[in-house]
Amino acid sequence: MIKRFFVVISLIILGGIFINMAVHYTEPAGLNPRLAGKYVADGLRELGAPNLVTAVVVTYRGFDTLGEVTVLFISAAGVGLLLRRREDAPGAECGRTPPSELIRTGAAFLVPIIFLLGVYIFVNGHLTPGGGFQGGAVIASGTMLIFLANPGKRLNHRAMDFLESLSGFTYVLIGIAGLIILGSMHFLDNRILGLGEFGTLFSAGAIPLIYTLIGLKVGTELSAILENLKE
Amino acid sequence: MIIATAVLLCVGIIISGILAIYLENLVGAVVSAGLASLFASVTYVLLAAPDVAMTEASIGAGLTTMIFLYAISKTKKIQADND
Amino acid sequence: MLQHMFNAPLSTIVMIGGFLLILVGLWGMLSRQNIIKMIIGFSLIDTGIHMVMVAIGYLRGKTAPIIETGMDRMNAVNLVVDPIPSALVLTAIVIGLGVTALMLSFAIQIYQKKKTLSIDDCTELKW
Repeated sequence: MIKRFFVVISLIILGGIFINMAVHYTEPAGLNPRLAGKYVADGLRELGAPNLVTAVVVTYRGFDTLGEVTVLFISAAGVGLLLRRREDAPGAECGRTPPSELIRTGAAFLVPIIFLLGVYIFVNGHLTPGGGFQGGAVIASGTMLIFLANPGKRLNHRAMDFLESLSGFTYVLIGIAGLIILGSMHFLDNRILGLGEFGTLFSAGAIPLIYTLIGLKVGTELSAILENLKE
Repeated sequence: MIIATAVLLCVGIIISGILAIYLENLVGAVVSAGLASLFASVTYVLLAAPDVAMTEASIGAGLTTMIFLYAISKTKKIQADND
Repeated sequence: MLQHMFNAPLSTIVMIGGFLLILVGLWGMLSRQNIIKMIIGFSLIDTGIHMVMVAIGYLRGKTAPIIETGMDRMNAVNLVVDPIPSALVLTAIVIGLGVTALMLSFAIQIYQKKKTLSIDDCTELKW
């Protein structure tokens, strides 16, 4: 009784604060010229990427992306630590019915296409909407379809760990290469490679390379989380 | 026209959220939360943010629902105990 | 009232929807005893916060921040919405998935040790 009263009181107070914020909100007339206007105006000239959100995520706010990759790695490591099974313990799938032929045939046909779509999304991250995180999530969905088709499958842990560590390590190396090649204020700068012609696949410096590494790392990490949760 | 679509989508999101809390069956509650994420993804397209829409559709409506269903099958309780 | 609602700008409508979703998720977290229901409420709070953040970056009548081949490149500042809230929400959605996976693995461990999923039975830290 007392608990329900306190729940209602806290919801009413929070609702009052939210109503106050929503009523006093007015849409701004244009972009803020000190930050967002500067990113949009200089981003095309300096970085050469048509997708402005990619330019902000990888170069102007690149340090936040490095922190986010670290947080994802910590959560995947935590899930692996808590739910680890022994390699030789028998799985609980022995008593369940095998999946139907529709799923097995459909998965054999669709999984290569889904992986190809994921790779396309993160390779073309600087030209069209997309990027490393979306491509990695699509690759993890393809792995989930593999787990639905044959429930007892165990992935190759050594290859996945090697790929994930290599991607993370190379990402930090590219950041340090920006410091070495371009000077002391240019950590994670994408101008270490040439800018190229605007709008083609091999343009915008190191942005396709960084997003490929992020896509591979996120894809393998989410697949490892799914396999640990599957048992 | 766009305003009417946005109002309909927001009403759909809130009804799915209330259903996700109110249902007793845990599988139904998880599917309702996935439905709220799907409607939010369409709202992001209306707000001119296609990258966010793609991310929310693949992660919110796909991977989060699957992770919840794996966790429910490992704890083996379909009916919520109390309240 | 209905006419007033249909003249409001798009960002205010989505912002109010996001705030209501945060309140629904918070009510779910505070008033249920099943641990998995509480984690569902947490995921709804995440979705609500992301809706509010993307609604702040919207400007009326402008388009997505991707430069197409037919767009005027020199005039891009007057044609696109704010790209910064989209970039921040992109990161936040992936981190929300990582935190939800870690919470669910904790819930599985609690079930394996205590054979129950109700937080009323986890009383070791209470006075």
